[in-house]
Amino acid sequence: MPMLSFLIRRLLQTIPTVLAVVMLVFVLFSVVPGSIASTMSDDVDPQVELRLKQQLGLDDPLYVRFGNYIAKLATGDFGTSFRTREPVTSMIAKRAWPTLQLIFTAMAFSVVVGVPLGFIAALRPGGLVDTLAMVVAVSGLSIAKFWLGLMIMYVFALKLGWLPSFGYGDGGLKYLLLPAVTLGVSPMALFARTTRAAVLEIMSADFVRTARSKGMSEVRVVKWHVMRNALVIILTTVGLQFGGLMGQAVVVEKLFSWPGIGSLLVDSVLQRDIPAVQGSILVVVLAFLAINLLIDLLYGVIDPRIRYA
Amino acid sequence: MFRMTVIVAGLALALTAPAEAQTPRKGGTIRMTAPYGSSFTSLDIHTTQRAQDEIYAKALHRSLYIWDSAEGKPVPELAKEVVVSGGGLVYTFKLRDDAYFHNGRKMTADDIIWSFNRIMDGTKAYPGARFVRIIEGAAAVEKGQAKEISGLKKIDDFTLEMKLTEKVDPGFYFFTALTSIYPADEGGKESFIQHPIGLGPFKFVEHVPGSRIVLERWDKFYKPGKPYADKLIVSIMGEAAARDVAFRNKEIDTSVLGPAQYVAYQADPNLKGTIVEVAEVFTRYMGMNPAFKPFADKRVRQAINYAIDSDLIINKLVKGKAYRATSWLPLTSPAYDKAMKPYPYDPAKAKQLLADAGYPNGFEFEWTTSQNESWGLPIVSAVIPMLDKVGIKVKVKQVETAVLAEVVRTGDYQAFIYSQQSGPDPLAALKCFHSSTPQPACNYMNFRNPDFDKILDEAGQTSDVGKRTQLLQNANAFLYEEAPVWFFNYNKAVMAVQPWLHGIQQNPTELTHQNAEELWVDETSPAK
Repeated sequence: MPMLSFLIRRLLQTIPTVLAVVMLVFVLFSVVPGSIASTMSDDVDPQVELRLKQQLGLDDPLYVRFGNYIAKLATGDFGTSFRTREPVTSMIAKRAWPTLQLIFTAMAFSVVVGVPLGFIAALRPGGLVDTLAMVVAVSGLSIAKFWLGLMIMYVFALKLGWLPSFGYGDGGLKYLLLPAVTLGVSPMALFARTTRAAVLEIMSADFVRTARSKGMSEVRVVKWHVMRNALVIILTTVGLQFGGLMGQAVVVEKLFSWPGIGSLLVDSVLQRDIPAVQGSILVVVLAFLAINLLIDLLYGVIDPRIRYA
Repeated sequence: MFRMTVIVAGLALALTAPAEAQTPRKGGTIRMTAPYGSSFTSLDIHTTQRAQDEIYAKALHRSLYIWDSAEGKPVPELAKEVVVSGGGLVYTFKLRDDAYFHNGRKMTADDIIWSFNRIMDGTKAYPGARFVRIIEGAAAVEKGQAKEISGLKKIDDFTLEMKLTEKVDPGFYFFTALTSIYPADEGGKESFIQHPIGLGPFKFVEHVPGSRIVLERWDKFYKPGKPYADKLIVSIMGEAAARDVAFRNKEIDTSVLGPAQYVAYQADPNLKGTIVEVAEVFTRYMGMNPAFKPFADKRVRQAINYAIDSDLIINKLVKGKAYRATSWLPLTSPAYDKAMKPYPYDPAKAKQLLADAGYPNGFEFEWTTSQNESWGLPIVSAVIPMLDKVGIKVKVKQVETAVLAEVVRTGDYQAFIYSQQSGPDPLAALKCFHSSTPQPACNYMNFRNPDFDKILDEAGQTSDVGKRTQLLQNANAFLYEEAPVWFFNYNKAVMAVQPWLHGIQQNPTELTHQNAEELWVDETSPAK
């Protein structure tokens, strides 16, 4: 029951966050220069431009437009794209799966490589493995995604011929691997550093010393005390990184011609397709909030001392 | 009245380059790229004027005319015969009776009338409206004063009469995909934007937004034996470096090259032979607002042209991927005057002109620019020290492309740098400087000069081709003298084409816009 009330409370807390984001995006796109008419044609008759604005509701006062938008949003209607005249929900639906594929694969890669790397590094601090692991971690954090993506393409597609250099293909792993690794390198590096720091701190904690003094084997100490405690910190970092990955995916999607929400968002901004921009941002925000809520719930599973209060 | 008869079947021979006189191979897959962004705007080609979208539309759709790169002009495509009467204002099209839409229905005059009426819907701002406006009564539909274009009359299912408002060649108005002919019964349906139906050589199969469009051969295409390929894939690849890797890896058949790749490909013996280049009908320039006091004086505008070393910028910064502009009309324009020389780099003369105009110490202006690598911030940055040398200070105002388009249309600038279509029709291109052309249309510098108008009006009235060309050259020379802009360059479009892809046309209106039925791949293509 405490978990259910925690869940309800957290869900209610998301409402003002979502509303604030929606309002911010709405106001921003009402004041930025450039209009849908100017992106549609170099030679729009002023009368046509006026009628287009009327038809799209762009001549209404801002508060009326915002009210209409919120009312539609409450019914799950994200509006209709100015450019494609498609429902925004359908546009996003087409892009959601490729984005989820990309982000989850990137996250899986970064966790599977980064966490063990940080762990191994922490078990022998200052040693060769630790030094190498941290060189990898610092490099991973520092390298620009665009450059890294090109290098990965060059090596694995052009030189080795193992994988295609771009495209979605049939959406299979063959096409997914290079963009996912490009996107996953930076969080991988962060997880390695975070894990190393967390494990080092826990290893010197009193309860670990106590466990060792009781004669517990090193393997059991690491498995039962160090790993479980470190997981809470790692999980928090994972949750935050999901949001970051959604933002960073824009560069990777464009580089690899991957059909995700990121490239939809960028193109919609450039074309002043306001409903598509609002819808894409809203989906990203909702996904970020959902993942962080899930992480919060997982805390209690990993560490029973954490209560849903 | 004179008669112009066009044998459409003869086009194929004209379009095929002599060097490629092999027998085209049937089958295979053509893999083109769309390099101008990370998506296609819409599958409703009437709604988008982006060059990116016309790449796939050239294969999927057909318009009344088509651009013939070998002839360097538009030729009838959906008509077998065109009869001109009424003092050059009435065109009667004898339409093809063998053109089938991808749903199997035969095209008739009703489809053309329906499509043009749709484009003139005044609540939608369809970009093709600027072309259809040339038909009598089209503007009334746009303004909501009429329901149908009065200047379009169906004589019978395969005969269409079109009355124009001006004596122009309608081919220049109806060859782009913006005026594509849709099937009247399908084009209005919601499902059309998910699964477009056209008259082109390839029919729609799949669109993966942000990644690709897949088309396959339309067996009932009206040109016998064409298209050659079974499948056409257009992959969206906005990043030049990624295209470069994919091209070298033989994953794509065409790749538009930027300045950096142009240099690299020229230097690489394996890639040098893949380069196809053409002078496109785009003029890059800095527009000067005559409402800003210093720019009202012709001598100041000329001084700016003398003060900038355009050749240096083209060679060093643009890496030779442009042709030096003399005046407005580009190299491939039929009215381009080869004898005309560009403004030389002469800072001393610039200083003298500034002094004569009352600015011996120069002045300062604000220059609005986008980040475009070929006609944006990098160019502005290179020009600043050159203008500084003659005493002119520049304050840069950087905006994104969508904003720049609005700034230019509304005249909210002191100066801006831009790339503007300056062809293929020289008359239409120069009309952008006619007093009757409103600023938002394309007269972005709000240029008004009765002497210029007179030359252009005369060119529009004459039916003598030689005289018209001479008058257009005079008008172009007039612009050179008036210097409403800094004439920077004409775009040199460069595309790398794999050796197994044949039939590429050197299209100066946009190199990536290929008549897909002419393309074919030989057996060395790695694509299945």
